Parts: sequence; C-alpha cells; structure tokens
Amino acid sequence: MNLKLRVWRQKGPEDKGRMVTYEVTDISPDASFLEMLDVLNERLILEGDEPIAFDHDCREGICGMCGMMINGVAHGPERATTTCQLHMRHFKDGDSIDIEPWRAAAFPVIKDLVVNRGAFDEIIQAGGYITAPTGTAPDAHATPIPKADADAAFEAATCIGCGACVAACPNGSSMLFTAAKVAHLGLMPQGQPERSSRVISMIEAQDEAGFGGCTNAGECTTVCPKGIPLNLIGRLNADYIKAVSGR
Amino acid sequence: MTSFWTEGDAIADTAAPDGPVETRWERRQFSAKLVNPANRRKLTVIVVGTGLAGGSAAATLGEAGYHVKSYCYQDSPRRAHSIAAQGGINAAKNYRNDGDSIYRLFYDTVKGGDFRARESNVYRLAQVSVNIIDQCVAQGVPFAREYGGLLDNRSFGGTQVSRTFYARGQTGQQLLLGAYQALERQIAAGNVEMHERHEMLELIMVDGKARGIVVRDLVTGEISTEVADAVVLASGGYGNVFFLSTNAKGCNVTATWRAHRKGAYFANPCYTQIHPTCIPESGSHQSKLTLMSESLRNDGRVWVPKKAGDHREAADIPEDERDYYLERIYPAFGNLVPRDIASRAAKNVCDEGRGVGPGGLGVYLDFADAITRLGQPAVEAKYGNLFEMYARITGEDPYVTPMRIYPAVHYTMGGLWVDYDLQSNIPGLFVIGEANFSDHGANRLGASALMQGLADGYFVLPNTLGNYLASGPYQKVDANHPSVVEARAQVEERLQKFLSINGDRTVDSFHRELGHIMWEYCGMERTEEGLTKAIGLIQALREEFWTRVKVPGVGAELNQNLERAGRVADFFELAELMCVDALHRAESCGGHFRGESQTEDGEALRHDDEFSYVAAWEFAGTGAAPTLHKEDLNFEYVHPTQRSYK
Amino acid sequence: MAIESIGFMHWTNSDGVPTVKFVAVDTSAPAGKAARQKAGPGRPAGARKPAVGRSSARSTVVLKIIMAVSGIVLVGFLFAHMAGNLKIFVGQESFDHYAHWLREIGEPALPPVWALWIMRVGLLVSVIAHIVSAAVLTVRARKARPVRYAHRPKVQGSYAARTMRWGGVIVFLFIIWHLLDMTTGTVHPEFDPAKPYANVISAFAPERWYVTAFYVLAILAIGFHLRHGIFSAVRTLGQQSARGERIAKTIALVLSVILVAGFLSVPFAVLTGLVS
Repeated sequence: MNLKLRVWRQKGPEDKGRMVTYEVTDISPDASFLEMLDVLNERLILEGDEPIAFDHDCREGICGMCGMMINGVAHGPERATTTCQLHMRHFKDGDSIDIEPWRAAAFPVIKDLVVNRGAFDEIIQAGGYITAPTGTAPDAHATPIPKADADAAFEAATCIGCGACVAACPNGSSMLFTAAKVAHLGLMPQGQPERSSRVISMIEAQDEAGFGGCTNAGECTTVCPKGIPLNLIGRLNADYIKAVSGR
Repeated sequence: MTSFWTEGDAIADTAAPDGPVETRWERRQFSAKLVNPANRRKLTVIVVGTGLAGGSAAATLGEAGYHVKSYCYQDSPRRAHSIAAQGGINAAKNYRNDGDSIYRLFYDTVKGGDFRARESNVYRLAQVSVNIIDQCVAQGVPFAREYGGLLDNRSFGGTQVSRTFYARGQTGQQLLLGAYQALERQIAAGNVEMHERHEMLELIMVDGKARGIVVRDLVTGEISTEVADAVVLASGGYGNVFFLSTNAKGCNVTATWRAHRKGAYFANPCYTQIHPTCIPESGSHQSKLTLMSESLRNDGRVWVPKKAGDHREAADIPEDERDYYLERIYPAFGNLVPRDIASRAAKNVCDEGRGVGPGGLGVYLDFADAITRLGQPAVEAKYGNLFEMYARITGEDPYVTPMRIYPAVHYTMGGLWVDYDLQSNIPGLFVIGEANFSDHGANRLGASALMQGLADGYFVLPNTLGNYLASGPYQKVDANHPSVVEARAQVEERLQKFLSINGDRTVDSFHRELGHIMWEYCGMERTEEGLTKAIGLIQALREEFWTRVKVPGVGAELNQNLERAGRVADFFELAELMCVDALHRAESCGGHFRGESQTEDGEALRHDDEFSYVAAWEFAGTGAAPTLHKEDLNFEYVHPTQRSYK
Repeated sequence: MAIESIGFMHWTNSDGVPTVKFVAVDTSAPAGKAARQKAGPGRPAGARKPAVGRSSARSTVVLKIIMAVSGIVLVGFLFAHMAGNLKIFVGQESFDHYAHWLREIGEPALPPVWALWIMRVGLLVSVIAHIVSAAVLTVRARKARPVRYAHRPKVQGSYAARTMRWGGVIVFLFIIWHLLDMTTGTVHPEFDPAKPYANVISAFAPERWYVTAFYVLAILAIGFHLRHGIFSAVRTLGQQSARGERIAKTIALVLSVILVAGFLSVPFAVLTGLVS
C-alpha cells in the first residue's frame, strides 16, 4: 500500500510544531499502524531526517503506552482497538492519514506525538487504591464476592490508562478514567471503607490537574480501546453525591 | 572449545539455612537482622523497574518506612510489561480439594524446571504463593469468581491440579495494577520518589558494594547519579535479544548487563523459554510477536495435516488426515504438555513440511470440538478476549477457522545470580523477578512468573534486604565520590560514541540481524556447530555495529534511537554469553535443547552427572572469554528423574 | 386589578422585570501543567482526607450537579408554561382567567402577587445558577483543551451534546427578547397589559414573520437542549444502569418532543387562523 501521511512534528515542549507531509510506500496490509511508522522512521534515519517520536511499548494493546489521533479519532477508525493493534488492512491504498498527538492541557506535548500523562498517576495517587499494606491479609476466601460484582469490577478495571478518553473529549475531561477506577474499587467489599474519601479526593485531583468537566457527550467511550462504558460516570456521580452529602 | 570460556572457583549459596526445607524460610527470617523502624527513613533504596517484582517491592519497602527511589523507562509505573501476562498466577491454596499442597507446588516447580533450580528457593516460593493471593484480594484485584462468590481456579500449563487464579485473560494487568496502586499510595505518602521515563545506564560501585546508579532522563537527556544504601534490580528479562519476542519493545538487558560488567555473575543465560502459543509472523515488517495465553490449550486441540505439503484450507482436511500430534505422542498430558515440549513438537512438524500458514511456520489450534461440547457462549466467556485479539491481528475469525500458532521467545529463566536472600555476589545489589535466575531452573511452568515476581517483591526481598541494611551503616557517598564521577563519565562517553559514529545502518537493522542469528542458532534447538558459528557471527556484527550504526539527533533530548542503541549494544554482549553458555552445557534440559543430547525418539536428554549445577558467569572484559563459576545443585527432596510426559 | 399576566414568570408586565445579568466567571480554575508536581518527600503522608467544603464546592462535578438540579427546575417551569399556553385553545376567557389566577395564588395566606414573586425568584436563581455553572465549566473546558485538532473528526458521541453551549446561548437570548416582547411589551407594537390573549394573537401576526421565525428557532433549540440536557442531568445525578440509561434517553426525547409540539402549536394555530 502507498499512503500519504500528515504528521505533527514538534521538537520539544517549547516548539510551536506543525504538520509535515510524508509519503510511505510498499506497506503490507498485515503491518500494524506502528509498524508502518517504524518503516517510515527507518527511512527517515537513513535519509538524515529526525525520526518521528511516538510512545509505544507492549504492542499488544495492554500497556496503554501508545496512542495518537488518527484522522481526528483517538486510536484510529477501529472500535475497541489501541493504535498498536490497528492494522493497515483497515486503510485503503492511496489514503491520506493525519496523525496528531493527544491534545489536552493536562497532557502537554513532550515531542512529536509523545505527551506527558503523569496527571493520570496523580489521580490514582489521590485515592485510586485500597489501603492494604503488605502483611497478613485475611484469607482470600474470607469475603465472598458475588460473581456479578466481581465481573463488573473487572470490566471497570480493564482500563489501560492510555488517555484516549481525554484526547477525544471536547472538554478534555478525565471522568471516564476516574470513573473506571472508582467503580472497580467501589464494587469490591474491600473498597468500601475508603469509598467516599476516594471519590472526593480523585475528583479534586482531576480538577487540580486541569482536566475539564463532563458533559456526558460520550466521545470517550466510543474511542476507549477497552470499551469502558459511559454509565460508570453515572456511578461515580452517585458515589460523589453520597460522599459530599455525608450520607 | 574451552577457549570460549575459562573455569573459575566453585560458588555456593551461603544464605540459605540447612535442615528441613519446610522451615528454612522461617528460620532465615528469624536469623535476619532487623532495622529499627525509626531508622528506616534514613536508609535509601533504589529500585529499578516497576513490574510485579519492582512495583511490589518499592511499595512494600515504602510501607516499611524506607526511603525508596523507583525508576522505570515507561511514562508510568503501570505500564511495565508484567501487565501483558495473561494466564494466571499459581498458589498452593488447594481450594479445589484436588490434592494440591505447598509440597506439590514445590515438587511440580522443581520438576518442571528440569532439576536445575534450588530446592530452598522453590520451596519458599510455594510457601509464599498462598500469601500472595490473600494480599492481592485485599488490594481489590478482581480475580475470577464462581457463583458462590469464591475464587475460581483453573488447571494451567502442565499441571494436573487446578491451582491457577486468574482474571479473565488479563491476570498480569490486574495484579500489576494492584501493585501500582499500592506504589502510588506510597508516592502520595512521600515514601517513594518516582522517576518515570528514566533509564538506568550504569551501576555505581563503592568499595565493592553497590551504592547507586547512573540514570538518563529520557525526556531531557540529562544524566544524573543517584546514590543509595542498596540497589534492587527488577528490570525483567532479556528475551528481546531475539528481536522478535513477546516482550514489550522497550524490554532490555541493560540494567542487569551493566551490573554484570561491574562484577555481578550472570547465571544460566541460555535458559530461554519459547512459548508455544503465539501468533505466527506475518512479514518482514513484524516488530514483535503476540502471545496468546496457553490456557487456550485447555480446550483447543493442536494439529497439522498428516501429509507434508498439504495446502488445503483447514476445513477441507478431513478428520482422518489430521495429526493431533501432541495427543498422539503424549497421551497422558496431550495438549497440556509443558511449554518446551509443545514448542519443539511444533518446530518438528514444521521442519517436516507439515506447517500451515505463511511460510509453513504455524500449527492449528482448533476449538471446533470445544465449541460443540461447551457451546460458543461458554468458549467466548473463557477466551473471548484472546479470540478477539487473534482476529484483530490476523483478520481471521477463530470461531470459524482454527487459530494458527507458532512458538516465540517469551521468558528468560536465566538472569543475575542471587543467593537465598536474592542478593547477587555484589553486596548491596539485590535482583528480583525475571531479572534474577533463581526459581524456575531450566524451564518455567505456566502461571509461575507472576507468582515469583510478587513473592520476591512483596514477601521475600523486604525481609532479606533489612538484613543487609542492618549490617551497616555504610559510608556516606555523594556525587563527588571518584567512583560516582567515573561511572557517570563512562555513561557520557558511551552515549557520545553512539552519536558520533554516524554510519549507514539503523539500530533496528542490527537488532533484527542479531535476532535472526540467535533464533537460528540459539533458539529451540542448539548444536555445537551452530553455536560456534553464531559466536563468530555475533562478534563480527558487533564490530560492524560500532563502526556503522547511525544514531540521529543529540543526547540532550528525547531520543528514542539513542535509547535503543545502548540497549542493542548490550544485547550483543549478552548474545555472545548466551551462546557460550549454551555451548558449554552439552546436555538438553528445560528451555535448552542440544541437538547432540537427545534420546532415540528425539526427547531431551539431561546429564545430571555432569551438569547438575548453576552456571554463573563472571565478566572478563569485552570480547574476552568469560569465567565460569559452578554452583552445585543438591536435591534432597525431589530426586531427579528424566521428565516424561508420555 | 386588571388581569395583566399569564404564565409563571415572564409573561407579565408588573413592575421590576427580572433581568439576568451575565455573571463574572471563575478565573481561578486551576492550570494543568503548572500544578503538576513530582510527588516526593514534600507531600505529607496521609494528607488526603474527605475534603467536603471549599474545594469540593467548586469541583466540576458539583457544578454539574448544580446545572442538573437547576435545569430540572427550569424544565418543570417550561411544562407549566406550556400547559398555560395551551389554554389558548379553550378560549379567550379561560386564558385570561388563568393569567389572572396566577397573581392570586397563595391568597389569602399571602398578599397578592407574593407567590408569583417567590416563584420568579426561584426561577431567576435557577437560571443564574445554570448559566454561571455552564460558563465556569465552559471556561474550564476551553482551558483543558486549548489546542484544536488539525483534523476535525466527525462527532461520534451525541450531536445534541455537542450543541449544548450554542443552543443554550440561543435560548438565553430568546428569553431576554421574549420578556421584552410578552412581559414588558417593550418590543411589542400592540401590547396591552390587560389583554394577554390579544397580545399573543398580535405577536404572531403574519407581518411579524421574523418574530415567529425566531420563536420557532428558539423552541427547536430548547428541544435539542433538553434532549441531551434531561438525559445528562439524570446521569449527573447518579443514574448508572444500562436500562436506566435507555429509559432516560427515551424520556428525554419524549419530553422534548412534547414541549416543542406544545409550544409550537400556539403560533401554528395563530398563523393558520385556528385561534384568532
């Protein structure tokens, strides 16, 4: 396949940045999107150009390191797919593809397509955990958990923290990310003691980090590679109302 | 042949107590010196890596009150490659009442490791396994449960009891997020200083002790030196020496290799696990291979056509023309034989020209029977995400056409040599998780890696590290200490060298070529001839690398090619050591299969009389023959037998 | 006393027309990057406690809750308003009597017009709360997403959701105009405070087609606004089940359609001569 790429190039945080056009040729439809960029980078290096910096690691859709806007859609056109798992067979020969970094004030660009997502770690630090220091925990069977709750908690816990939800949100909101963690821990009996303090602290942390508010527009869930559902935000809101009203 | 290495003094693990294996850990914990809680915050511990081992260790040490500095090359500790582990985690809970026990897990692991692991370490691992599950449940890890609300278990990769706990096909992710959340809690509490996007490039040694590391900030390129009272390496395995592996692209050997160059012994580097159920390569663009959990083998049946060169579609091959070769050759274990056996069997049938898919490098993993027997919804509930992953990558629907699988490098049992305390031969340098060599012998059983990583990080290291720290205090070291200045200068010089070569080949092209050599000659089957040849090829390629590599950009910026150049340079040296180790071990055991050492029907043949030892290699200089130190292995409880899964 | 008002709040011409001023916007919304700090020894252990109070009162979620509650109050008003409007189909007497009754609610417990004013104040507070929250959230959202994408994607979520802000502005401008038209009569050429029925008929006179057009546009904007707004409010107040979501979406759609149909029926009836 032959493709025309327009890629965001930005030397560093202070650089203004711009879209640069590249032609890539002879790409296998079985190649992944990142492998296509690998091919381009190999060529750029040999031609004496700067290769395009992009984040990636596991390349199997679970680490959450990769992510870019592909034709304006976070992680590209396939639903429930990370950029590394997007394959070129979903594009047509001759296509023109625009590639941009995640855009959000809380995710400043470091270089090219690489952004700083440390704000997500800050939200987790604020309360995205269960306080259970290593030691003699009760036997794992001490507290049975209804399968439905355990399964729902698992679904929420599959969030990979890639940031696509924020990138897609017209308000730059991290509500889906926060809601997923609040739901995961709030569904487990072990998570109950800190349930109220957790939701308040995490919301505070996401506001502090500069994320916007949720307008229930639903862009986040449509691009989420793990399909985290929007109704978890409703769950978060319910927990929050309960927490602030002190019930 | 001995010109490839020299033999040095024998070594021994002096940290493990003698006596009954059941009480060794308890006695070691009691004999270990303790650090007064009030003094802990004055002691600094560096932890490199934030996977299951490093993340859990940093969190636990932070909880204990030490001042912890944690480093990872990813942008968040949550992204370490432990996150990709799919299948599950073993624990000797015997919740299924199927005859499991700590002793049986110990027995299975020693046997599964093909009698090349230490009994003391393995027994402790089995003991601690029970606590891991309790700890993880307390943290809120959403393990799979049954309708009664209790934890579900499955049988996994070569065991006949159901002792594997799991969370769909994302067990590693859920366990890592548990450790990550505990770590973030300690970061918020001020006990752990987290340094993301930082890579360790050198170990700092002062008076023969590990006292710090040199790190590069991957965003700004700034080189800094960090000193501490002890250094813990939890930097994972070195499977990426093969270029194509199931590891993440960033996984590398640099942290452990730099420590090795400073004197830490590298043990059993040739023990590599080739995982049987990966998605086959699709072309020259391939940048990594994707593993699918071998839990798939619980319900999938492996087969190839009986006839060589049969290119019909799977559906067109009638039942009696299919060879379910694992069930045929190993009737007792069938499709559940250990990984090494399943991998080599796949290679054998492909070598016979019976492979399927592009290039004939693949075998079928067929769920048709399972779908008929259990119904598609049940299969979907068990393996849904794996099927989706397969469909996404290959563009084929595994509910309709059988999956194609092929072995790929997955896990490396070798690593830095450590004693029972997980301390290397360098005082103050501790090595945990996949980065050490200790618990899996020559072959790791399924669902044991997560167990070992968390055992080391949550329960073992926090107890043994205190013993070392309590033996101090050690002299104060600052950034102006000559050893620190020298280590830093070495790093800067090396980075400058990469940038100045300005040749005509990319880092990746060298890495790919190195990977080909390793897969060809140091992969599933190794021979003296092939390994000798490989060593020559690697040396020549290494020299070429240092004259022809082209690394664009500068050092003081985010420069991903500069990062890779350093990693690949270390892989070159490691690759050579792996080949030397594989060459010296003229027996087949576990993940190491020597063509010269097999039974008449092609099974691995171990030589306990000659090779029942750990090969711990000492660095003797770049290109110089390494020194071999042997640690004899004694089996008081599980007596070596040739493995038979027939 | 002359009958001079119908409806709950703004179809009146009594003294002191409620006005809604654009209220200053919270500019202390935290900046993203600057707030980033490496956690380290400086961050005290156990500093995170449930902080109900100043900081959570300004949280984005609290602002959303304020929007949801005030929005629901305003939806309730719109239904009452629409019901009042529909009395025009019963006849002039009924319509005018209804408008008169509004001023007498609460009598004799309350003096005349007090109840009406209490309601007006309630509505005013709701409108202000709704708009101020929306403005603060909009500013924060702009700050949170300062750079636009070069490739503007098509909307994947809900269109109604993406038009909330512009729709809200249109509705707000309409309300101001509508008060001037039907309550104070400032822009109404034939306004007579004593004849609400006649005022309605003359407001939608064919020669004032642009008034009718603006009215129709605003009502449609309200419909869109509520289609997402009602659903969103329910989610903000904690609705979380999949079934609840379907129900909320259906209710939002049905209520929006009823409101639009109800409000549009009056100008339609006037234009077609059903009411004259």
